[in-house]
Amino acid sequence: MTATATTDHVRRAAATSPAAAPPQRTSRRRPSTPLNPRRSVPLTLVTGLVLVYTLLPLGWLVINSTKNQRDLVTSFGLWFGEDVNFWDNVSRTLTYDDGVFVRWLLNTLFYVLAGAGGATVLAVLGGYALAKYDFPGRKAVFAVVIGAVAIPGTALAVPTFLMFSGMGLTNTPWAVIIPSLISPFGLYLMWVFASEAVPDELLEAARIDGSGELRTFFRIALPLLMPGTITVLLFSMVATWNNYFLPLIMIKDPDWYPLTLGLNAWNAQAQTAGGEAVFDLIITGSLLTIAPIVVIFLLLQRYWQSGLSAGSVKE
Amino acid sequence: MTLLPTAAKTAPPPRPRANARSRMNTLVGWGFAGPFVAVFALVFLAPIGYSVYLTLFRDRLVGGRSFVGLDNYVQALTDPRFWDGFSNVALFLAVQVPIMLGISLLVALAIDSGRLYGTSFFRIAIFLPYAVPAVVASLLWGFMYGTRFGLVGNINDAFGVSLPNPLSPSLVLASIGNIVTWEFVGYNMLIFYAALRVVPRSLYEAAAIDGAGEWRIVLSVKLPAIRGALVIATIFSIIGSFQLFNEPSILQKLAPNAITNDFTPNLYTYSLSFAGQQHNYAATVAIVMGVITAIIAYAVQLRGMRKKG
Repeated sequence: MTATATTDHVRRAAATSPAAAPPQRTSRRRPSTPLNPRRSVPLTLVTGLVLVYTLLPLGWLVINSTKNQRDLVTSFGLWFGEDVNFWDNVSRTLTYDDGVFVRWLLNTLFYVLAGAGGATVLAVLGGYALAKYDFPGRKAVFAVVIGAVAIPGTALAVPTFLMFSGMGLTNTPWAVIIPSLISPFGLYLMWVFASEAVPDELLEAARIDGSGELRTFFRIALPLLMPGTITVLLFSMVATWNNYFLPLIMIKDPDWYPLTLGLNAWNAQAQTAGGEAVFDLIITGSLLTIAPIVVIFLLLQRYWQSGLSAGSVKE
Repeated sequence: MTLLPTAAKTAPPPRPRANARSRMNTLVGWGFAGPFVAVFALVFLAPIGYSVYLTLFRDRLVGGRSFVGLDNYVQALTDPRFWDGFSNVALFLAVQVPIMLGISLLVALAIDSGRLYGTSFFRIAIFLPYAVPAVVASLLWGFMYGTRFGLVGNINDAFGVSLPNPLSPSLVLASIGNIVTWEFVGYNMLIFYAALRVVPRSLYEAAAIDGAGEWRIVLSVKLPAIRGALVIATIFSIIGSFQLFNEPSILQKLAPNAITNDFTPNLYTYSLSFAGQQHNYAATVAIVMGVITAIIAYAVQLRGMRKKG
């Protein structure tokens, strides 16, 4: 977190500079102020309770992914069983039912690549247009998009299903991908972000130098929009990766299931009479489902957190 | 091009150029926004329009599709199964949302205060559940809730206590509230934290010089400064509560007696549509719920903005 640390440092330096505060006041400052905080053990402990709450289920998941079915029911949930079966569980998860989990994983990757990738492209282009071009209908576009966010997903689900069914798109990947292409939150974030990050003077200078609008966008605006773009991409990826309701209504064929529907199908199978209970596979499969997205968030946190901060400027 | 930027600023360009410029703005603006608007029209506007159209008809076994005017709406508004589900999500909204947003806000303030050890670890670790799909979160908590083999059962065995079954009819709504809180507490925390980060530090300085303590600064400077983020998080939480579907739908397999098909309006719509083939009536219930959601979200927004002025 060097970037954040640096910004904090700069901010504090700026705030405590002589211009911002008369020097004679500095000597009389209380031991801990918002500008000069002391680390606090009690506050850390209290906030730590929330930390325990959020991490406990994830710990449970990791621990129980090492157990076989027998240990799952006989051993304590927050401690390891007699045997460590993690790699065995992983390989059985990946090979169960002719490797259907791998199929679901590839489907999910495909939906994320097409859906979240497309959603990001549309949001960046649209947000840039709303921020940087004053065209008739601009305000209407924004109002309609923000208004539509308040419409519940299910109000759309039934008619979307019937419409797509009429177009012959249900039970195909398109039924999952096309609705994923719209991210109103992404458009909003990019609009705010582009207003702040791309100075009008820079665009004007490029135009004066004879650069076309597309060239200006790709060569000048896009690099400046990168933190916002990564933020939108990550949040669209999570939305697509975690999508459940849309594929649930659109996809009937298990061959086109994403991971979420697949895991749910395994769970349903365990509850039906005569169905094989595969709780160990559900648990290990759940861990495998969340691992990639957690890793991506951890690796890119510097970028998406700065994108999110910049996006909240105008709220 | 030899036009000097200073000249362009001081002397407004002649009319014809301005017109050409605004034509170009229109063309390029729509060029960039066009793809979004086109797909948006296909996946948002068209289904909404079609949905409203559907609500005006009814399919009958005999006679096929017929126009029934507002009959579907009358039926929905007097349908006890709809209101049962509605009262569940309303109760959920009244209890879960304040708890979740309250915890999120306190954590965001704690992290922003700079007084925690391991600030960045707190920030990322508390956010992590957001990356967990609702399906996995519900399965995970569902297993932990188990009184026989789950964590609740473990605790009962280990300590000789008898904790009540979290998936019993009287507790299941609270148990779902816990799952949703777990999923979104970090996300809301991050929204608040991001808004707090961009509050100018000089405001704190000024308040401190005026003799304000830390709590006073929180109440009088920080909270007003992030009002926009608070309003937006509240609106999204209201929408989320009224749309409640994933968690109860998945837990239903573990607790079929506690979670009925009309447990939330969304579950009711789903079962009407995909189990009962009553597409017209399902669309009506969804539209009614959508209108109620929009009205409440709008009221919250108005209230949030009025306080500001």
